[in-house]
Amino acid sequence: MGVVLLLGTVFLSSCSNMVVLDPKGPIGSEEAFLIKIAFILMLIVVLPVFVMVIWFSVRYRASNKKATYKPNWAHSHKIELVVWLVPIAIVAALSYLTWVKTHELDPYKPLESEVKPIRIEVVSTDWNWLFIYPDYNIAVVNHLVFPANAPLNFKLTSASVMTSFFIPQLGSQIYVMAGMQTKLHLLADHEGTYLGQNIEYSGNGYETMHFDAVATSQEEFEDWVEKAKQSPDKMTLATFKEFSEPNINYPVTTYSSVAPKLFNHIMMQFMGWMGGSDHNMNMTDDMDDMHHMHSMQDSTKMHEGHGAMTMPSDSGDVHTKTMEDK
Amino acid sequence: MFGKLTLSDIPYNDPIIMGAVVSASLAGLVIIALITYFKKWPYLWHEWLTSVDHKRIGVMYIVLALVMMLRGFADALMMRGQQAMAAGADHGYLTAHHYDQIFGSHGTIMIIFVAMPFVIGLMNLVIPHQIGARDVAFPVLNSVSFWLTVAGAGLIMISLGVGEFTNAGWFGIAPLFEKTYNPGVGVDYWMWAFQIAGVGSLLSGVNFLVTIVKMRAPGMTWMKLPLFTWTTVTTNVLMILSFPVITGALFLLTLDRYLGMHFFTNDMGGNMMMWNNLFWMWGHPEVYIVVLPSFGIFSEVVATFSRKKLFGYVSLVWATAAIMILSFTVWLHHFFTMGNTVNVNIFFGIATMLIAIPTGVKVYDWLFTMYRGRITFTTPMYWVLGFLTIFVIGGMTGVLMAIPPADFVVHNSLFLIAHFHNMLIPGALFGYFAGFAYWFPKVFGFKLDEKWGKRAFWGWSIGFLVAFMPLYVLGFMGMPRRMAHYDTMAWQPWLIAAAVGALIIGLGILAQGMQIFVSIRDRKKNVDLTGDSWGDGRTLEWMSSSPPPVYNFAVIPKVNELDEWWAMKENGTAYQRPAEYHDIHMPKNVARGPIIGGLVLAFGFAMVWYIWWLAIAAMIGIIATVIIGSSHDDEEYIIPAAEVKRIEDERFEQLAAALEEKKNN
Repeated sequence: MGVVLLLGTVFLSSCSNMVVLDPKGPIGSEEAFLIKIAFILMLIVVLPVFVMVIWFSVRYRASNKKATYKPNWAHSHKIELVVWLVPIAIVAALSYLTWVKTHELDPYKPLESEVKPIRIEVVSTDWNWLFIYPDYNIAVVNHLVFPANAPLNFKLTSASVMTSFFIPQLGSQIYVMAGMQTKLHLLADHEGTYLGQNIEYSGNGYETMHFDAVATSQEEFEDWVEKAKQSPDKMTLATFKEFSEPNINYPVTTYSSVAPKLFNHIMMQFMGWMGGSDHNMNMTDDMDDMHHMHSMQDSTKMHEGHGAMTMPSDSGDVHTKTMEDK
Repeated sequence: MFGKLTLSDIPYNDPIIMGAVVSASLAGLVIIALITYFKKWPYLWHEWLTSVDHKRIGVMYIVLALVMMLRGFADALMMRGQQAMAAGADHGYLTAHHYDQIFGSHGTIMIIFVAMPFVIGLMNLVIPHQIGARDVAFPVLNSVSFWLTVAGAGLIMISLGVGEFTNAGWFGIAPLFEKTYNPGVGVDYWMWAFQIAGVGSLLSGVNFLVTIVKMRAPGMTWMKLPLFTWTTVTTNVLMILSFPVITGALFLLTLDRYLGMHFFTNDMGGNMMMWNNLFWMWGHPEVYIVVLPSFGIFSEVVATFSRKKLFGYVSLVWATAAIMILSFTVWLHHFFTMGNTVNVNIFFGIATMLIAIPTGVKVYDWLFTMYRGRITFTTPMYWVLGFLTIFVIGGMTGVLMAIPPADFVVHNSLFLIAHFHNMLIPGALFGYFAGFAYWFPKVFGFKLDEKWGKRAFWGWSIGFLVAFMPLYVLGFMGMPRRMAHYDTMAWQPWLIAAAVGALIIGLGILAQGMQIFVSIRDRKKNVDLTGDSWGDGRTLEWMSSSPPPVYNFAVIPKVNELDEWWAMKENGTAYQRPAEYHDIHMPKNVARGPIIGGLVLAFGFAMVWYIWWLAIAAMIGIIATVIIGSSHDDEEYIIPAAEVKRIEDERFEQLAAALEEKKNN
């Protein structure tokens, strides 16, 4: 019964509600494919279990005196060999797949594309999302707009507790943490409106932290940017302070300008103890540029900067704190 | 005087909480009134509460587990009810803040106060018997461990009516559980209940490992250990190595919350991911702590009811050991999504998949035990067959989530919830139920009713599938865990199905209640006079009478075979009277366990509410009890050889009659 239900689940994947199995971008497609292929591989071990449970139960029931009864038979090299080697072979195959696909689908890896990437800085608060477009100097709350087919380079940080940023139909989620930045690269290859959400419990307003992620045409996106630039609202430090007070369902708002280095400023709130203070904020310049340089100069260096946050101290040297040793 | 505690901390204006509090207190009052009316307090105190007999302590552990299971299940029903309703315009019947406490208490209770006491209870009932010992290595410590677990459970029950419980989940969500974001007492209740019970579990682990290493009957070499004993060894090693990690981590959190330190905070160098690492360094081995003994139970049950030697014993032992070691190398798969470097994710992903190999081998070894057997379909065997069928689905989804990029799209969704319930309900709980039915006649001298036992099985199995398969679907639909309300209407039908499933599980639980009631009513009909309750017992626990005498074995058996009892029956050496009896030394009952439990409960409550004088007084009381207790010399009593002979003669008389009757049938 269980397997029927589960198989049903997989066949239902054509149903558009199963957003994870109905991806709208290359990352999500690869991940959905991986789920299906791994599932099929594992059936090699699992299906015989169902068959054997039923077959052995019927055949060797106590009332069936015709069946062979060997009370002391408890060992067979052949069977042992098979039951060890088959799972080993399958896990070996899955490990190979894991090796290749984990490298390929690293959320930190920029996507290759002819189209210029859109940079988006994501800030989660209690309990809303702020999306900053540094290349356009605009921002929007609880609503994400981007052109289809353009790579999306997300940089994420939290102004409060930890959250996880997830647009199921585009693929990978990533944690969003205060005082640190994580990165995520996605791409939508179809226009449409997708569900975006926080998928890590973050307190009372958690369940309201979902937003529309809208993939538009290039023209529509440019129109949207133009319109945003006309907005009377500006995301100043004061606006951010008000916005980031705990509140739920902050109305969707666009901002025609964003305080310089707002993203870095938000991160710095939690890093003051390291010796950074507002008067040398300007030295943080360049958290951004540094990462940028890495990726420009040498793509392998990206990995060294993986999950790294860098920050200046009074003396001006840069401390690097990397995720992997935490 | 009362620290932070004021009358306004009692949520008397919340009808749902008050309903629960009133019904729980009423049930408690009725029980207390009945005990008082029948003047059973002295009996209860002398025979049970202060007992250091592993059999009695085992029974009390399991009673605790079953009572707490009702509470945990009530939480589950409330969550399923809320999610079935709270779509779109409807916000359900719970506030978000109330809902958020329920998922935390459900998880904490089910793992720490159901799975752990159930496992330790079964160890208590069975291990000394299986290895031919008269008690555990440290009987008083055993009592203290039990009462620490009770104190933790008591603290969590108090949080229902006084104050609140954590909204930061059962595993503690950093930094949400820090004072800045969670100034209330909820997190403190969780932290202290967890800490206290954790210390109890650690002490149990030490106790049972020493028992098995030092107290095996002569001739029982390592490769002659019954499989339940083997899995208990590995579980105890895991407990001893992993519980100090959670104790330390909770202590760091205590420093954060009480002294304003910064281990897991956002700022001042705190790091929330350090909590996740520390927690899961305990948390993942913990999964195997509760699952491995079940695997041992399945091994015993499947061999007994297939009337056949366990297939691939050596493989099973090595597979168990492999799982034990690997379980320490996989904790990071709980947070592939935190932005690790690729190779770190790959390492932990592949390590996780490796666990599937020994687990798969085990499943096939159990199947080949059935092959060429003579299978009788008793209730314990039903649980095994249900486990084999349902568990492999969870295994499959587990390996799926071990692939980091696949995990990126299902992590933290209901798919994850479905997966770990799919591991823990068939993998752990079905095993405990199998063990409960299997060893019940040994402990009480009569079998459980088969008809109601099988009904319970169907309720649990069908209920499980209806409740959790939809959660896999919902995971693919992108639904996050822990939603008090949602706007995506497409999720609702599946959540209604899941709620129906929970109700079907409820029927299974009712059937279990009926089973116990009917079995006690008909106990004369199902009485076990031989001690080998199922007639096909293979291991030493079936050698003694049911229920066994306080000393278990009048003469410690000598072991020559893996399935010693089966071999004795084959050779015709079973049921033989020993030539002579000797005096037996047994530990005396002590009141230290319940006293320490009571003081620790007072300490925990005082710490939660900042009632410093009480905390200090309780701590001094605990230390004094330990010191005074340690200076007692008079800890043993002697059962004279004549008395042993009298008990054994009676037993052999009864046995002869029973065997005679069996022959005639």
